[in-house]
Amino acid sequence: MTKQEALFEFLLRKADDSLILGHRLSEWCGHGPILEEDIALTNISLDLIGQATELYKYAAEVEGKGRTEDDLAFLRIEREYKNVLLVEQLNGDFGKTIVRQFFFDHFEHLLYEGLMNSTDERISAIATKTIKEIKYHLRHSSEWVIRLGDGTEESHNRVQASVTDLSRFINELFFQDEVDEILINEGIIPDVKTFRVAFENNMNKILEEATLSLPEEKWQLSGGRKGVHSEHLGYLLAELQYMQRTYPGMEW
Amino acid sequence: MEKNNLDSLDTIFQDKVDREIKIEPKDYMPDAYRKTLIRQISQHAHSEIVGQLPEANWVTRAPNLRRKAVLLAKIQDEAGHGLYLYSAVETLGADREDTIDDLHEGRAKYSSIFNYPTLTWADMGMVGWLVDGAAIMNQVPLCRCSYGPYARAMVRVCKEESFHQRQGFEIVTQLAQGTPVQKEMAQEALNRWWWPALMMFGPNDADSTHTAQSMKWKIKRHTNDELRQMFVDATVPQAELIGLKIPDNDLKFNEETGHYDFGEIDWDEFWQVVKGYGPCNTERVSARKKAKEDGLWVREAANVYAEKRARRNKKVS
Repeated sequence: MTKQEALFEFLLRKADDSLILGHRLSEWCGHGPILEEDIALTNISLDLIGQATELYKYAAEVEGKGRTEDDLAFLRIEREYKNVLLVEQLNGDFGKTIVRQFFFDHFEHLLYEGLMNSTDERISAIATKTIKEIKYHLRHSSEWVIRLGDGTEESHNRVQASVTDLSRFINELFFQDEVDEILINEGIIPDVKTFRVAFENNMNKILEEATLSLPEEKWQLSGGRKGVHSEHLGYLLAELQYMQRTYPGMEW
Repeated sequence: MEKNNLDSLDTIFQDKVDREIKIEPKDYMPDAYRKTLIRQISQHAHSEIVGQLPEANWVTRAPNLRRKAVLLAKIQDEAGHGLYLYSAVETLGADREDTIDDLHEGRAKYSSIFNYPTLTWADMGMVGWLVDGAAIMNQVPLCRCSYGPYARAMVRVCKEESFHQRQGFEIVTQLAQGTPVQKEMAQEALNRWWWPALMMFGPNDADSTHTAQSMKWKIKRHTNDELRQMFVDATVPQAELIGLKIPDNDLKFNEETGHYDFGEIDWDEFWQVVKGYGPCNTERVSARKKAKEDGLWVREAANVYAEKRARRNKKVS
């Protein structure tokens, strides 16, 4: 694998994470539990779609085959999407959406802090812009985890069930293969292993305040980074790609 | 309060209105003025919130990244408008959640246009171009409304609506200049949305129950028919510019009046939809009720947590 191929793959993985989670959050639009949260979730969705757009643009340039950011976002088949399984999971109730976001935000925060120091100027510029958004997302999801965890008995039980359910997708956030090895050696991306402890400490601090806990069970799923997804992704893509597939080659 | 005092307060109030001095939340205002404003502003707020739904229907199917982001941003603006408007209602002493319950129980109305379905991507263009375009005609004069908080909210709302109208027109233009399939999609959507958009201005002046009083109070500045005419005059040339046909055989420019003459609106359809029998009335209200019911546990948790935290902070200090 060349450095260029590794870079393309990495950009695609991260762009797909942002696109798919942004898409999921946009499903809340008009249906939030309170108007302020309807606006907040849409806002986070908008940030993620924006991040995905920047990453796809760069990926398309790195690939150099004349594809555009929209070609990458809308015209691949299911096995070619490389997002982690966590982000494609169904919204569930508001608490489940928040827990999914909470795990993701904690990881993204540390990853993007590392990416700000990337030897690749474009990535470091994207990361510098994105980190501001991630800090807001992280504060938002963390505050809600605390509120729901330490709220009523019902909210505590619901959100604990989501923490337990979604925790099987945490390990995949730290997935590494040859792509990462090449880019770490070039100083383009940080080695995520180096902040695994910080990730767990940061999360546990909030979970403790929220009177919640991660399950003892260490059963973990993965596959997304290799394009092997859960059953949910196919339906999401069917909606996402509807216009591009139905009206091939048209401008909108 | 003595009747004579009330009469003189009413006189002072009307005198302020006549002299274009804004009425503020703590000022005296007649009960009927307060009630009219609560009704109008809360219905305006509900329209913004229910109005999210027809557009949200296409967010997950938007055709490219840019359109997806713009559509999301636009719907987020509408939710924001709802928020300022509910705040404006609260300055009149009404409770936001109570007015929302009125919506859910069918006691309060919202703009009937949102009871029409969004069936194709071209409908996103029509909602922006025609629906937001008509809303602007209604709302620009509200920036001069006699009630201060409503007028100020409208200044910001109108700025954003004018951006929405432009993005809608841009979607439609792109389609009208696109492939035959796209052009047909645009024309078909225009055929469905044109008449409901004209209905947005409400009944003809002769049949409008609130207009005269609202104009005296300077809540309203133009009659329904005046506003409708302004909208037709502004919109017809835009349709011509991009080569779409307004679905009205009676539409003709009148050299004498300098305005477009247009056909009769189907008032039966209008009243049907107002009374709750439009294509999506049931779905829209159910969706809003479901959001509130599903969110109940979240709001309870937030309240309980806030109380817990307040108690803990008290103990610490």
